[in-house]
Amino acid sequence: MSMNREGRPTAPAATGGGKPPTFTGNRALQIEEPLLFETGSLEKTGVDLPEPAKHESRLGGLERQGGTGLAGLTEPQTMRHYVRLSQKNYAIDTGFYPLGSCTMKHNPRLNEVMARLPGFGDVHPLQPERTVQGALALMDMLSHWLLELTGMAGVALSPKAGAHGELCGMAAIKAAHDAKGEKRSTVLVPESAHGTNPATAALLGYKVTSIPARDNGTVSVDAMRAALSGEVAGIMLTNPNTCGLFEPDIVEIAEAVHDAGAYFYCDGANFNAIVGRARPGDLGVDCMHINLHKTFSTPHGGGGPGSGPVVFSEAILPYAPVPFVKRNGEGLSLVEHEGDAGDAKPFGRQSAFHGQMGMFVRTMAYMLSHGSDGMRQASEDAVLNANYLRARLRDVMTQPFGDQICMHEVLFDDTFLTDSGVTTLDFAKALIDEGFHPMTVYFPLVAHGAMLVEPTESETKEALDQFIAVLRDLAKAAKAGDAERFTGAPRYAPRARLDETRAAREPRLRWTPETQAEAAE
Amino acid sequence: MRYLPHTSGDRAAMLSAIGVGSMDDLFADIPEAVRLKEPPDLPRHAGEQEVERQLSALANRNVAASSTPFFIGCGAYKHHVPATVDHLIQRSEFLTAYTPYQPEIAQGTLQVLFEFQTQVALLTGMEMANASMYDGSTGCGEAVLMAHRLTRRSKAILSGGLHPHYRAVVETLSRMSGAEAVARGARPEEAGSSDIAAAIDEDTSCVVVQNPDFFGRLRDLTELAEAAHAKGALLIVVVTEVVSLGAVQPPGSMGADIVVAEGQSIGNGLNFGGPYVGLFATRQKFTRQMPGRVCGETVDADGRRGFVLTLSTREQHIRREKATSNICTNSGLCALAFTIHLSLLGDAGLKRLAALNHASAVALADALSSISGVEILTSTFFNEFTIRVPGDASDVIDALVEKGVLGGVPVSRLLPGSHKDLIVVAATEANRAEDREAYVKALREVLA
Repeated sequence: MSMNREGRPTAPAATGGGKPPTFTGNRALQIEEPLLFETGSLEKTGVDLPEPAKHESRLGGLERQGGTGLAGLTEPQTMRHYVRLSQKNYAIDTGFYPLGSCTMKHNPRLNEVMARLPGFGDVHPLQPERTVQGALALMDMLSHWLLELTGMAGVALSPKAGAHGELCGMAAIKAAHDAKGEKRSTVLVPESAHGTNPATAALLGYKVTSIPARDNGTVSVDAMRAALSGEVAGIMLTNPNTCGLFEPDIVEIAEAVHDAGAYFYCDGANFNAIVGRARPGDLGVDCMHINLHKTFSTPHGGGGPGSGPVVFSEAILPYAPVPFVKRNGEGLSLVEHEGDAGDAKPFGRQSAFHGQMGMFVRTMAYMLSHGSDGMRQASEDAVLNANYLRARLRDVMTQPFGDQICMHEVLFDDTFLTDSGVTTLDFAKALIDEGFHPMTVYFPLVAHGAMLVEPTESETKEALDQFIAVLRDLAKAAKAGDAERFTGAPRYAPRARLDETRAAREPRLRWTPETQAEAAE
Repeated sequence: MRYLPHTSGDRAAMLSAIGVGSMDDLFADIPEAVRLKEPPDLPRHAGEQEVERQLSALANRNVAASSTPFFIGCGAYKHHVPATVDHLIQRSEFLTAYTPYQPEIAQGTLQVLFEFQTQVALLTGMEMANASMYDGSTGCGEAVLMAHRLTRRSKAILSGGLHPHYRAVVETLSRMSGAEAVARGARPEEAGSSDIAAAIDEDTSCVVVQNPDFFGRLRDLTELAEAAHAKGALLIVVVTEVVSLGAVQPPGSMGADIVVAEGQSIGNGLNFGGPYVGLFATRQKFTRQMPGRVCGETVDADGRRGFVLTLSTREQHIRREKATSNICTNSGLCALAFTIHLSLLGDAGLKRLAALNHASAVALADALSSISGVEILTSTFFNEFTIRVPGDASDVIDALVEKGVLGGVPVSRLLPGSHKDLIVVAATEANRAEDREAYVKALREVLA
């Protein structure tokens, strides 16, 4: 060990392969944190609430008997518990998060501040309309921007997330067929689709027919024509698709669908690639949901909340659900009941109240900040970044559908790992050790050992160059036979690989005093 | 544009590395005829200050709940949320993480979900819970579909006391999916549940009942549960005000098979209706028919405890058209807010909070009943009750707005054309004695 003259070490000692365990299991900044129920207690609380005034109970003899079992923490304990837990998460703000199909772009904090203005955050959905004119104006403004960007006829803001939007759009399509007295049984879904698409169609009682991709990863108009018939209610096509490719025959596909009396549902999960460059309305789309939490950067929050407004063509719009905002003389009002919808025939209601207002405000802040020029530039940069990764990695990684220009994400498969003893999962876990969030793995299903990389427009060229260097090094190591680097990964994360089989086989979905006793043994 | 890091030099270098001449070349797959030549007809980018001004101007046109005596409920409630909650949910590592697909670097979110599921199970008196739904109403729709799967029947009976929006969600979903939903008429004066019990037949998969109901009434559901079970049907209990569970017997101890609740009251603001968080709890034996994400405990390769998303063979990304639901993204961050607030409360704090709510509502009901012409229809309630006023309730509510009081929800807003003289009134710990006095004074003047 090198030391200075006072005997103080000037460089850390090499730790070798194994690190000695610590008494606590902690590793300096990585601190083990027990469950709330193991540190809290029934007596503790982190709030100071006054003594209730004396009152006669009107609970009708239904008073809760005994304790709830809910552990409480004081405020300083709460702060430390959840801050420590947060430190076990990877996040956009801490590093590059190229999770394909998920659009992990920068989340501006202005948007958070705007959503928390009391005039938005502290307003009840059932307040009299004249006390919420600003909220309705914001919804109206958001609708206008979404319709300008998509070239569609109208919008339903209420769906709560992408899959909820799919259900909205497909229910409207079903209602449109019903109105014509047509019973159609089938929905066509390309095999590269998100799992939500077939699940949505099935929820509405449709049979799902899978359409294979052709060799270049896109859907051919001939394959679509062959599957179309009088039994087909619609198609659910993602564009750009989940392989990161723009469907080049989309206009012809839309025409073929309409010729067959069916409708075109577009999964808008990847709309972020084409904002300001193309409008779904011009492509022949009848409905499309827009994931505000992807394209317009409302935070993902560890799994939501999302927001999935649906835009409609003239043909489907009359069947859009309640509620919606309408102009009413000088002001704005909400149409909350099917009976108040005039000539329209809404298919019903999908949720209580009016949608994810908090996400609408964040989206509006994002849109106003970017403007028309900035949103177009954002799409261009997202596509530029994905293609840059593709161009710099194409000689060491493999693409299932050949090397072609992609949109906002680039798809690799595991051909380059053949005979290396390294799987896509191993490869992803090794990326964790290098300080990156892995790409989406094993999706889409049409590629073997898929790795879907979506860099987004938020990353600098330097960040991309570093990521490229890491992927090149990993690919080289895999080919060189250093499988152990991968199969043992991650080594430096708060946890090594977790046993998912055990979790599913013996589900333990909550804490109980018994499990605590077991853990102590 | 402040969010986009590339310089024009970067872009040129990258285009060159890609081997194309221009950005247009990257979009060559878009058919020529539909390519936008110009950016859409919308304003250009704007600085923070300008965006703040525009949005603040809109926000200022709304009346915030905290700025006035406020008594609106009906599925969303005005409660105080501790500052700690909003600070913690804005931690970068929670706010800007995705669904925990890589558990080794998502233990924070996963452990929170495990704590959330435990809290929801304890609160509702059920055996287990999922990692959240979008909100209470969509959770209610999912619960009915789950009951259909479990019983292999397809008829749901909806109590007249079910929130009209929840009822509409179930009816819509049933209509679109080919199932049947039979809604009972909403009768604010009715007592007991024997008429619902009588409607249960061999085709009935479930009975959906809300407690406290839309009108605020509390009921013992034990007999209804027994009646449902006797016919092989399930009891689904909806709770739109979860704070009530700090004072009222939980659905789990009354025989509920599935409990769905709107969790907004704990940790989450009013937000003009969303985002909120749906709680979904059930019996252990029904776990594999639950919709949505579930977090489970396991161990890592070194034997240390850890958490993962599990039972994913129910879910759309594995099962596709055979999944139990199409739900993917749920309400992660709102669930986190719920969990943090409930940790701060604990058993002691929740009970105190519930008692404060009940006391506030009792005091308001007593005060309003002193007004000539006002009748309190609800004899058992938690923090919300229904009053009858002389004349049109919507007009009364509008006149109260003139006097600076947000006095409740006219029933006819949710049930158009009926019960025009009824108002559902909520009172919480956020209401002070002077708020109640302002309400009584204003209502007296309006009705005079």
